[in-house]
Amino acid sequence: MSTFLWVIVPYLCLTTFVVGHVWRYRYDKFGWTTRSSQLYEDRLLRLGSPLFHFGMLGVVGGHIIGLLVPRSWTETVGVDDHLYHLVAVIGGLIAGLMALAGMTILIYRRRTVGPVFSATTPMDKVMYAFLGAAIVLGMWNTIAGSIFSLGGEYNYREGVSVWYRSFLAFQPQPDLMADAPIGFQLHALVAFGLFALWPFTRLVHVFSAPVGYLTRPYIVYRSREDQMGSRPTRRGWDRVGS
Amino acid sequence: MRVMAQMAMVMNLDKCIGCHTCSVTCKQAWTNRTGTEYVWFNNVETRPGLGYPRTYEDQETWQGGWVRKPNGRLALKAGGRVKKLLNIFSNPKLPSINDYYEPWTYDYETLLNSPQSDTFPVARPKSLISGKDMNVEWSANWDDDLGGSQEHAARDVMLKGIEDKVKLEFEQTFMFYLPRICEHCLNPSCAASCPSGAIYKRAEDGIVLVDQDRCRGWRMCVSGCPYKKVYFNHKTGKAEKCTFCYPRIEVGIPTVCSETCVGRLRYIGLVLYDADKVLEAASIEDEHQLYDAQRACFLDPEDPDVQRAAEAAGIPGDWIEAARRSPVWALINKYEVALPLHPEYRTMPMVWYIPPLSPVVDVIKETGEDAEDRGNLFAAIDALRIPVEYLANLFTAGDTVPVDRVLRKLAAMRSYMRDINLGRDPDDTIPQAVGMTGESMYEMFRLLAIAKYNERYVIPPAHAEQAHALEELATECSVDFDAAGSYYDQALLGEGAGYPTPVAVENFRMLQDRQTSDTSDELVGGGSKAGRVNLLNWDGRGTPTGLFPPPADKQSGDR
Repeated sequence: MSTFLWVIVPYLCLTTFVVGHVWRYRYDKFGWTTRSSQLYEDRLLRLGSPLFHFGMLGVVGGHIIGLLVPRSWTETVGVDDHLYHLVAVIGGLIAGLMALAGMTILIYRRRTVGPVFSATTPMDKVMYAFLGAAIVLGMWNTIAGSIFSLGGEYNYREGVSVWYRSFLAFQPQPDLMADAPIGFQLHALVAFGLFALWPFTRLVHVFSAPVGYLTRPYIVYRSREDQMGSRPTRRGWDRVGS
Repeated sequence: MRVMAQMAMVMNLDKCIGCHTCSVTCKQAWTNRTGTEYVWFNNVETRPGLGYPRTYEDQETWQGGWVRKPNGRLALKAGGRVKKLLNIFSNPKLPSINDYYEPWTYDYETLLNSPQSDTFPVARPKSLISGKDMNVEWSANWDDDLGGSQEHAARDVMLKGIEDKVKLEFEQTFMFYLPRICEHCLNPSCAASCPSGAIYKRAEDGIVLVDQDRCRGWRMCVSGCPYKKVYFNHKTGKAEKCTFCYPRIEVGIPTVCSETCVGRLRYIGLVLYDADKVLEAASIEDEHQLYDAQRACFLDPEDPDVQRAAEAAGIPGDWIEAARRSPVWALINKYEVALPLHPEYRTMPMVWYIPPLSPVVDVIKETGEDAEDRGNLFAAIDALRIPVEYLANLFTAGDTVPVDRVLRKLAAMRSYMRDINLGRDPDDTIPQAVGMTGESMYEMFRLLAIAKYNERYVIPPAHAEQAHALEELATECSVDFDAAGSYYDQALLGEGAGYPTPVAVENFRMLQDRQTSDTSDELVGGGSKAGRVNLLNWDGRGTPTGLFPPPADKQSGDR
């Protein structure tokens, strides 16, 4: 069972995530968009969207530090467990609450503003369920596990994080995860479900974060030569000499 | 010198009758789709009026276009790259659907299915956004012909500084129409605002386009464009804008709005310009200088140096030839009667306007004086400061001198040509008074008043060696377009997922057939014109063949 849950399922989800994005990008560049609904409603979005997105940026950053940076590294730079814990819990709480508050506003908006609700696809709803569950479970782990120590002490940096790194290194150690508290297990499973859904939802817009804007020239010139017609050249139909 | 070619347009506002044919045909061609109901690539505004979207010219509110910073550099008015990215999750300057209008349809089914009753059934307006009943309170053209102008036109942004005077003379107010399309600017702030780099200026002809495959729907272009001519398709989540009908331009035929213009007021042609000078010209300090600065970017196609440089830059010979015959070049730089719309936005717009003399002429006519007399016209231009100041707010950042000059030329042409038309000796002091010769004034008259089709539109087609790639020719197999998209449930990934369909549904051959079908017996799409009856010629007595079904006795034999 632990092999199924902590080896097979995660790798399946990861594969779907990677292959799905490649497929979506090749098949559906046109559909690769944020699908903004700002035109319909502005007031709630102005509040909820930045709150959610900046919160999520914090959450993602926290996960990168928590999951990918081994304990030994932080100890080498002189950050002891207590300090690390303090920063992680406070930062995690702030970011998590921002994301949660933002998401609540956005879901409320989506449900109550007619045009926004009718522009919501079934895929959106499924994705919201997974995303919301992941955020709530993550918050629960932070509050219940780290602050009130419900269900005993658990240092995820010795368990979940190690498992995650072993998973990414293709030498999975499922036992580490099997021993983790149920909150962490559920959080991980829901998150992997979200990863599997990711390429088929509007979440793809995460990967088009326009950082290139900072460096490119303001005005883009493009020659008709670069792309002929309204669609890219298909494989096997390249022009002579290219 | 970096020579580039720009496809540009000039509109002669004196001839616009506000019929909206351009808007309607454009909409039929490009934006009659879900998600673009409120999108008007071409719209016609009554001025003074609010424009579309409402008060779009108020850049203190909308923050479109460029500003010149104290250090002399240009910056986007809405803020630079970092600020844009920080605001990316919720664009603070995006017009809401209410600033355009909530598109609607009518519940026609009620009319058909209504049971018998004492009262007429009513088709209620239904919102195309929410699908619910709605009150129609605004539309793209609500203040047409100064409708409700006490309330609306008074809020016209361009009346700043002259509000009191306009109110004072409201009983004798003036009015004209302003058709607008995308300006296809030399320094487009929409392209500069796009975080994804999806909006580009085509190197060949300067047409500004949105790459639908690269647009990610960040909406910064909508707020970046001071003319509000980039729209957000709320179904596909992509930005869309006027394409200058590039599939048509590529094969040498004018845009839909121009082709169908009843007043024949649009001119299309090439302008050669020096791309290295654009930024410098756009950053000039005095707003009043922007008009001249932009004209200084344009290169004289008759100059041999320019021709050589253009050839070296890869501009084909027939394009240089077309630039020499370009009506746009003539109206802008030879006769100097065309002015840019809002040069103060510093985007270097490339759709220019010949300001209307009609507000002036109308006033003279009403007083019973001769509206074609030079003295009367010149005096009226001097006296009627309000229309002139208003036009200056639109076309020259408030500088009345160029507007005066243009109106005088138009007035001079009017009285000069009257002498000729009445068979009198032309008075050469009239053109001289506005710095023209009799000959050039006559040429200008030909271009403005006669306005032959092939003089209005000088459009060199794109080159044959690139022909298979041009949209309108559609020589590629049409079968492989719908193959991919239809197999998948489109709702899964959202509206419009899959490969794009080509923009040109009809091909060039069909188009050519239709345009020459006066002399052809064939109908486009098959069938023959023989057997058709022109009802206008029918006197109501005879029975032309094909007008009625065969007589009953003949039919009974068949039964």
